[in-house]
Amino acid sequence: MPKKISARYQSWGRYPQIRNEQIAHMERITGPLPLPSDGGTLLAHGLGRSYGDSCVNDTQWILPCAGFNNFISFDAATGTLRAEAGVSLATILDVFVPRGWFLPVTPGTKFVTLGGAIANDIHGKNHHVAGTFGRHVPQFGLLRSSGEHLTCSSTENSALYAATIGGMGLTGVITWVELKLHPIRSPYLNTRTTKFRNLDEFFDISQESDAEFEYSVSWVDCTSEGNNLGRGLFMAGNFSERSRSKAPAELAIPFPCQAPSYLLNSFFIRSFNTLYYNKQISRVVEGLTHYNPFFYPLDAILNWNRMYGARGFFQYQFVVPFEQDRGIIKEIFARITRSKRASFLAVLKTFGDIPSPGLMSFPRKGVTLALDFPNDGEPTLRLMNELDKVVMDAGGNIYPAKDARMPSYVFRASHPRLHQFIPHIDPRFSSSLWRRVMETA
Amino acid sequence: MKRIVIIGATSAIAVETAREFAKDGAALFLIARNQRALDDLASDLNVRGASANHTACFDALDIASHERVLEQAFQALGEIDAALIAHGELPDQEHCQRSVSRTQDSLTTNLVSPIAFCTWLANYFEKRNVGNITVITSVAGDRGRQSNYLYGTAKGGLAIFLQGLRNRLTPAGVTVTTIKPGFVDTPMTRHLPKGPLFASAETVGKRIHKAMLRGEAVVYTPFFWRFIMLIIQHIPECVFRRMKL
Repeated sequence: MPKKISARYQSWGRYPQIRNEQIAHMERITGPLPLPSDGGTLLAHGLGRSYGDSCVNDTQWILPCAGFNNFISFDAATGTLRAEAGVSLATILDVFVPRGWFLPVTPGTKFVTLGGAIANDIHGKNHHVAGTFGRHVPQFGLLRSSGEHLTCSSTENSALYAATIGGMGLTGVITWVELKLHPIRSPYLNTRTTKFRNLDEFFDISQESDAEFEYSVSWVDCTSEGNNLGRGLFMAGNFSERSRSKAPAELAIPFPCQAPSYLLNSFFIRSFNTLYYNKQISRVVEGLTHYNPFFYPLDAILNWNRMYGARGFFQYQFVVPFEQDRGIIKEIFARITRSKRASFLAVLKTFGDIPSPGLMSFPRKGVTLALDFPNDGEPTLRLMNELDKVVMDAGGNIYPAKDARMPSYVFRASHPRLHQFIPHIDPRFSSSLWRRVMETA
Repeated sequence: MKRIVIIGATSAIAVETAREFAKDGAALFLIARNQRALDDLASDLNVRGASANHTACFDALDIASHERVLEQAFQALGEIDAALIAHGELPDQEHCQRSVSRTQDSLTTNLVSPIAFCTWLANYFEKRNVGNITVITSVAGDRGRQSNYLYGTAKGGLAIFLQGLRNRLTPAGVTVTTIKPGFVDTPMTRHLPKGPLFASAETVGKRIHKAMLRGEAVVYTPFFWRFIMLIIQHIPECVFRRMKL
């Protein structure tokens, strides 16, 4: 009998609402795989931080994997870590930062598993120098519905290696992972925050800073118009060379309850954006920042997704190639501002040209913008459909790990190597996202 | 606390406690049912900083074998500073109501086996005038309820045993810690629907580590269960016996 799902197996954006998902349990990561007797499909689920429906499998089966969280081995000479795929990035930081190691690539939350990091081939603030997460994974284990345990690397089962990195969990269950950690001298970063008054200034600062800083990201005010269109704060940092091990107390405050849906109205978002932009008066502020607030500002508020109320929210992240006049990105900002569907958190970054080993990997050279929109139903969906057209015309693509609504044509255009990927999908694996985007329009 | 024996080491809660001790650089002796799960856990704890890990398999129903695995632990670690007894099972109440042998097995696993371990450990620590014995019981042992009174019987009996043991060992300087977890999200409770009262194994495991270092007496975890159980224990029997709990 299908049971009512507990809230844990929703996605982070809490849209779409999952109605009927069943849970399969595996005793050990070594299997055997609990193949559903009803012929249904499985999907491995880690910590559920994907925003849309790539981490859920409505009407089918979910295989919880975050419990497979043993470390296997660590070679301190090379920084090579082996661990079961359910180990979270937070755990790795906890154990290895005191020993002078950091993640080679990290997203904006540390509450993701190694398996999820590979399945979405995540990127971080150092994409311009380090590429995606998959580049730092020499090999991993893959359990297929045939019962086979495969070791995948660039030389062994190389086609499955390429298909699984960014493969959204569709090629089987990632069982263990080998990851190259990055040596650091201190858990602190020398940071520089620079105010930019508009998008042109952003591109200038970005160009100057990328050579100087290993990490960079910008927050953009999506509510300002005219000369201030795309104003924001450019935040860059390098790990400090001076060893200093004392970390500030880590305080995680849970968001207490589901907020009423009217809380995040445009007035509130506008005020927040104005205040945030003006939090520093001088143009450039330099400082020493611990890695937690620098990389994971939102992790300090657990369950911050509840802020968006019962209807949930959308994330929208795209990348478009660089262009001389920066017309596309300006047009997108203008459309968002005009729509008055302000984004609470808009994050802008330039990607470098380091290729990923993954067939379905999202990042490519260009400029990427991540937005979130409270779910106001039809008007929100309409805005994103409009943005799709602009992004597609510019030859850009959209990130499936954050998506809950992109139409099939956008997904196909975003993944030029889709035809190479499809033959590697395990027939007993699927996801809500996969069924949605492969529907013929 | 540098040398610790953990019985039922692969249980979700004990794993989290062991990981805290590994961070401290402790030497651990791990005892559990399944050797492969023990090997995986030992590797994990070594990566996390435990200085050495030894393991042994045991069967909770085979009481006679218990002394032998403890002997192995004493030999491997030289001396022991503390022991955590974490094994147990959640028996199917309805099955037990129909089967005396199932009832007996569950009482052996949840009550007789931990008492056997405690008996040897108590004598060991008493001679040395130092040490800590920590045992995981349950809030289910605070009052008998129709839904799981067999589990509650074992855990309640164990709590009384530990109370007496603490009374006996306090003059010797040995601490006895009774852990009473509420609902914890572990494989043991996988079949139960999860509500807001469920805590993670990590939260509970970390609390146990702290309780062992401090040698606390009775610890409800998460803390609010102390108040919940205080209320439940004080409902008059004439009312309680008609409640569906």
